[in-house]
Amino acid sequence: MDFSVLVGGEAGQGMDTFAHLLEKTLTRCGFYVFSHSDYMSRVRGGHNFIQIRFSDRPIYTYNLKVDIVFALNEETVNLHNDKLNNEGIIISDKGIAKDKDIIHLPLIELAKKLKNSRVYPTVGLGAILKYFGLPRDVSKGVIKEEFSDRIAEVNMGALDMGYDLLEQRYNLQSTEGENILINGNQAVGLGAIAAGCKFYCGYPMTPSTGVLNFIAANADEMGIAVDQVEDEVAALNMALGASYAGVRAMTGSSGGGFALMVEALSLAGMIEVPIVLINVQRPGPATGFPTRTEQSDLRFMIHAGHGEFPRMIMALRDTEDAFYQTVRAFNLSEKYQIPVLLVSDQYLADCMTTKPSFDFSKIEIKRYLVEAKDITGEEYKRYKYTDDGISPRLIPGKVPGQVVLVDSDEHDQWGHITESGEIRIKMVDKRMKKFGLLKDEVEEPWLIGDEKPKNLVVCWGSTYGAVKEAVDRLNEEGISVGALVFGDIWPFPTKRLFEMNNFVERIIDVEQNATAQLDSLIREEALIKCSDKILKYDGRPFSGDELYNRLKEVL
Amino acid sequence: MKYEYKLCEPSWCPGCGNYMIRTALKQALEELEIEPHQVVVSSGIGQAAKMPHYIKVNGFNGLHGRALPPAIGIKMANKDLKVIAESGDGDTYGEGGNHFIHTIRRNIDITHFVHDNQIYGLTKGQSSPTTAMGQETTLQFDGVKVEPLKPLALALTMGAGFVARGFSGDIPHLVEIMKEAINYKGYALVDIFQPCVVWNKVNTFSWYKNRVYHLPEDYDYTDKERAFKKSMEFGDRIPIGIIYKVEKETYGDKLDTIKNGKSLVDRELNPLDAEKLLKIFR
Repeated sequence: MDFSVLVGGEAGQGMDTFAHLLEKTLTRCGFYVFSHSDYMSRVRGGHNFIQIRFSDRPIYTYNLKVDIVFALNEETVNLHNDKLNNEGIIISDKGIAKDKDIIHLPLIELAKKLKNSRVYPTVGLGAILKYFGLPRDVSKGVIKEEFSDRIAEVNMGALDMGYDLLEQRYNLQSTEGENILINGNQAVGLGAIAAGCKFYCGYPMTPSTGVLNFIAANADEMGIAVDQVEDEVAALNMALGASYAGVRAMTGSSGGGFALMVEALSLAGMIEVPIVLINVQRPGPATGFPTRTEQSDLRFMIHAGHGEFPRMIMALRDTEDAFYQTVRAFNLSEKYQIPVLLVSDQYLADCMTTKPSFDFSKIEIKRYLVEAKDITGEEYKRYKYTDDGISPRLIPGKVPGQVVLVDSDEHDQWGHITESGEIRIKMVDKRMKKFGLLKDEVEEPWLIGDEKPKNLVVCWGSTYGAVKEAVDRLNEEGISVGALVFGDIWPFPTKRLFEMNNFVERIIDVEQNATAQLDSLIREEALIKCSDKILKYDGRPFSGDELYNRLKEVL
Repeated sequence: MKYEYKLCEPSWCPGCGNYMIRTALKQALEELEIEPHQVVVSSGIGQAAKMPHYIKVNGFNGLHGRALPPAIGIKMANKDLKVIAESGDGDTYGEGGNHFIHTIRRNIDITHFVHDNQIYGLTKGQSSPTTAMGQETTLQFDGVKVEPLKPLALALTMGAGFVARGFSGDIPHLVEIMKEAINYKGYALVDIFQPCVVWNKVNTFSWYKNRVYHLPEDYDYTDKERAFKKSMEFGDRIPIGIIYKVEKETYGDKLDTIKNGKSLVDRELNPLDAEKLLKIFR
């Protein structure tokens, strides 16, 4: 089984609540959910929609076709009726959309009986639960947890009123599940908290704001200082101050906000203070397409910052990957005293997915700090020359008599400004040695589909879901395709790519940008040229179906 | 002994006001009996910003204009540290103007010493935000055409709880202001006059010397209206001392996470503590 429900209307009409209740209900009934939202950069009005797909087996992306369009306004009918599959239905309140092919339900009238016409989407939810044969008590359980008593009461009434409005068509067997329903921004926030992040600051910017929101919402309980700063310039400088003082610190933004952080990113490289930073990409240049998706900041992130210094970049592939990689980012940033940049995008940030519960017992926190006993008998040198280029890191204020000095100017081993060419060379070499070590630290891309394929797809980050479903379908049809899905992307891992290049006949680059940035990276770092490119930059994510079709054209 | 000057040679010019500010800082910290490892000096870029190199102390010498954000991060991470931001007039009021304004709003417990020589020294004599209108400089050769920023008045209008002016040529007086500022719970601004002996031929040592006067003993520094008048007094006579001081709740006191319990840096990290958040997603 594999169904999709699309709810559409103006911002502020309550579709988020509807979607949230349906997604939670489905997850608790043991189904896998993948839901993504398409919204405009405005607070009220406009046209927004959320597409909720669910199945009894794991799913990774959305479908092009839907089974139900739930229209909260007439525009939704016009914009989405071509997405209906053969047996699909459109439901709407009769006062809203008048088209004859629509199933008109008295949603508003019933909601008015409850003296709260705003809950009419919940009446619709009741009807949809019946249509699929889903139990309404699970939804009521969700409603009780999510709302205050009074609002919960009204919503439960609305659910009951709507329940018999549609005839039951399916009888979906539900089981109790322990899975979780989470989006990309929440997964990053949860990973940061699990990793022991004690300081997060940022300036709100779509679509990265969810990370800030999630950590702030749990800050008191988890003992985290969260600061909404005056600008992104302050954000990274402040986080570096907190990290210097000894806590795990993180900041994040999207494209333009990350651009403002670039000055301080270079500072992080020079002072060798660990930091984790996330760029939740949106289409640029400049303000671009604020609420849409794209993967166009990769080359910018690799090169951001003046001067030369080591950094690591990890692209997040799905919500589960986002959680574990965020934890890993903290450990690696402290191990090498470098900035670790996480790269996500609007699609991953906002899509709600069902995943097996994250395993917190797998998480290790490694700090790599030195204490008083490690530095006795000498004056502490923050930038001591060592074989591996990693100097002992002491937290200021912990050892009487010892001070910790970091400096943005080129400096000697104690952190003091120097103009010596000899020391400059040693310090550059010290920093760049770490880049060599990082090359051994990077994880090779995931290989999915055929392990010895004729055709190889390469992609990175959140295109994973669409690529996975497209490749699976092609494999089922007997077409030999495999895919390398890059997560760690800088330093660029080449081992698996080299191995596969020995036998694959064709390499197809799949990316959500116009210039094929991964393709250029592969040429630069591995001297391998992709034979084909499938690029998408309309601000909307690839779906599995769409990619399947486009791969078919190429193969 | 405690606050020895570090061995590296200052790149300050002979006669620069920065030396006197350093002397006063050293004395203030010693008299307050704060150990070097308990203090962090955060600074930006410019000659004043080199302070953490020339005195034995923890230091974060960051980027131009950015002395305050790291200082805030440091204080939030470890409330047990004394945090002092130290930078010049260009660094603080020009490049870092936005951070200056918003740090006052936060009222976080840090001390801010601004070395104000009313000129850009390190970049060779251009006007700074505090250079007087009409003053000729190496770049504004026909005179500065924009109003100077009035740091004390600006800080007062933004709600700063501790606003003071010092003069590097009056070290005993400066030491007393510094000690009060360091002990103040909240954001304390001390704008300190210092001559730039190379680039500012107007605001010289004697120019300051001939103008500054101590606020009288009976001056009531809790009277905001009066403080505002004093903050605007600038010309033939310029008051030095604590212009305004009142108790205010600090930022750290308003945040439960920081106020209660140990400094964040001293807390145990256990990933399993976060596992309970999974309930949100079920």
